[in-house]
Amino acid sequence: MTKKIVILGGGTGGTLVANRLHKHFKHHRADHDLVEITVVDRDDHHMYQPGLLFVPFGLAQHSEIVRPRQAQLQSGIEFVESGIDRVEKERDTVVLENGRELAYDVLVIATGAQLAFDETEGLTGPGWNEKVFTFYDIIGATGLEAALAEFEGGKLVVNVVDMPIKCPVAPLEFCFLADWYFTDRGIRDQVEITYATPLDGAFTKPVASATLSALLEEKGIHLVTEFNTGEVMGEEGKLVGFDGREVPFDLAVVIPLHSGADYVGRSEGLGDDLNFVPTNKSTLQTDAKTNIFAIGDATNVPASKAGSVTHFEGEVLVDNIIRFIEHRELQSTYDGHANCFIETGFGKALLIDFNYTTEPLPGHFPTRVGMPLLKESRMNHLGKLMFQWFYWHALLQGRDVPGIGADMPEHGKEHV
Amino acid sequence: MSTVELNEEGFFVDPTQWTKEIAVEMAKADGIEELTPQHWTVLEFMRKEYFDKGTGPTVRVLGKTSGVSVKDLYQLFPKGPAKMAARIAGIPKPKGCI
Repeated sequence: MTKKIVILGGGTGGTLVANRLHKHFKHHRADHDLVEITVVDRDDHHMYQPGLLFVPFGLAQHSEIVRPRQAQLQSGIEFVESGIDRVEKERDTVVLENGRELAYDVLVIATGAQLAFDETEGLTGPGWNEKVFTFYDIIGATGLEAALAEFEGGKLVVNVVDMPIKCPVAPLEFCFLADWYFTDRGIRDQVEITYATPLDGAFTKPVASATLSALLEEKGIHLVTEFNTGEVMGEEGKLVGFDGREVPFDLAVVIPLHSGADYVGRSEGLGDDLNFVPTNKSTLQTDAKTNIFAIGDATNVPASKAGSVTHFEGEVLVDNIIRFIEHRELQSTYDGHANCFIETGFGKALLIDFNYTTEPLPGHFPTRVGMPLLKESRMNHLGKLMFQWFYWHALLQGRDVPGIGADMPEHGKEHV
Repeated sequence: MSTVELNEEGFFVDPTQWTKEIAVEMAKADGIEELTPQHWTVLEFMRKEYFDKGTGPTVRVLGKTSGVSVKDLYQLFPKGPAKMAARIAGIPKPKGCI
């Protein structure tokens, strides 16, 4: 019997899972026992999302960070370009916006998170894309490049409306890179940089939060904590918190609220109130039905919404899909491993490595002689730059990287 | 009034110990002189969510699902609706996102 695996979303998670499954079944399945893999996405533009951070500073171009989705999929994997109307889990069928129906034996939800601009009052009102921007999409990141180039001084505010967001360190990196950018232009003393966050510190995890707060202070970046943005007033140039506090700006960089994909909301019994998909944090099987799995930003698992998380989840997810098809017990092995380079400006970066139970700690990665953890270095910056090559050529293709596996490495970490 | 056990941040250790009378007292201690029908709507909604899902809702989810807008939630519970209402509703602090 042919088994049909349908993967919704052709981004990081969907692509690497499709390629890994394809490779496995090509080698391990007899001809009479075929597996068909179909990937669905609404467009054919695969964005290297970490690249968006660099666009506003002229350090990356649109054309460098986007490639066709289909070209990242190994031959033999079907790619369908269409929006998704809904999943009918009782019928094991996906209904596409173009009317086509896809029946599946196994479904993978990999449609990521989207930006919910409309949920914040005034965000896309007067001043939007003039003095209020986001760098979380390519239109905003490109517009911001021009706005920063014209900025001659004043108040720059970077604001996270609320968690969860993709890559929780990116807004901090934006602050660090802005500090470098304006220093380079010789006008740093005329720019006041403020980071306004709903969290009670610079970051979610205590040890990293303390390190990052100290870096903000060292770089003269003001930190406003527990700020819950109620309204963006573009014309007046101020953010107004639900508690009445105001943060004035000449240029605002706002990271909007995030939601899961709209079709999740239209699919009965699939998503939660924010359209994220309730998913077992260790096996990556969804709560919706045993033959539906999910990966990456689309899930509700308590890990960062980040490419590294998706990468590490991919190994566990692929193994569990194979087990599911072969009627074997799933393995609860995803430990929440995340690994992020944090650009700190001036050609340096920090590296953090953590999981569900171990917060980011100092030391070295992956072993005692590896890259420094939680400490600025040029090596980490080069690591971040090299990563784009690795992303297109190894990560998406499902190649294993020696020393960097799904399980968080313990050796090399200093417990403080 | 019977005694209840609270953790160091003032949240109930055992949500089943909660009573409406205790909620009134906890609200007063937090600066809310009188719990209005709208307060009760939110508190009861939070308890239901907690017992259904195992964690209290965040402010954003409250705003989407409780029938009270986020703006009004801040009027009702000025010290931050999710935490303050969870404390008064006798449920653990909502799990933050990462």
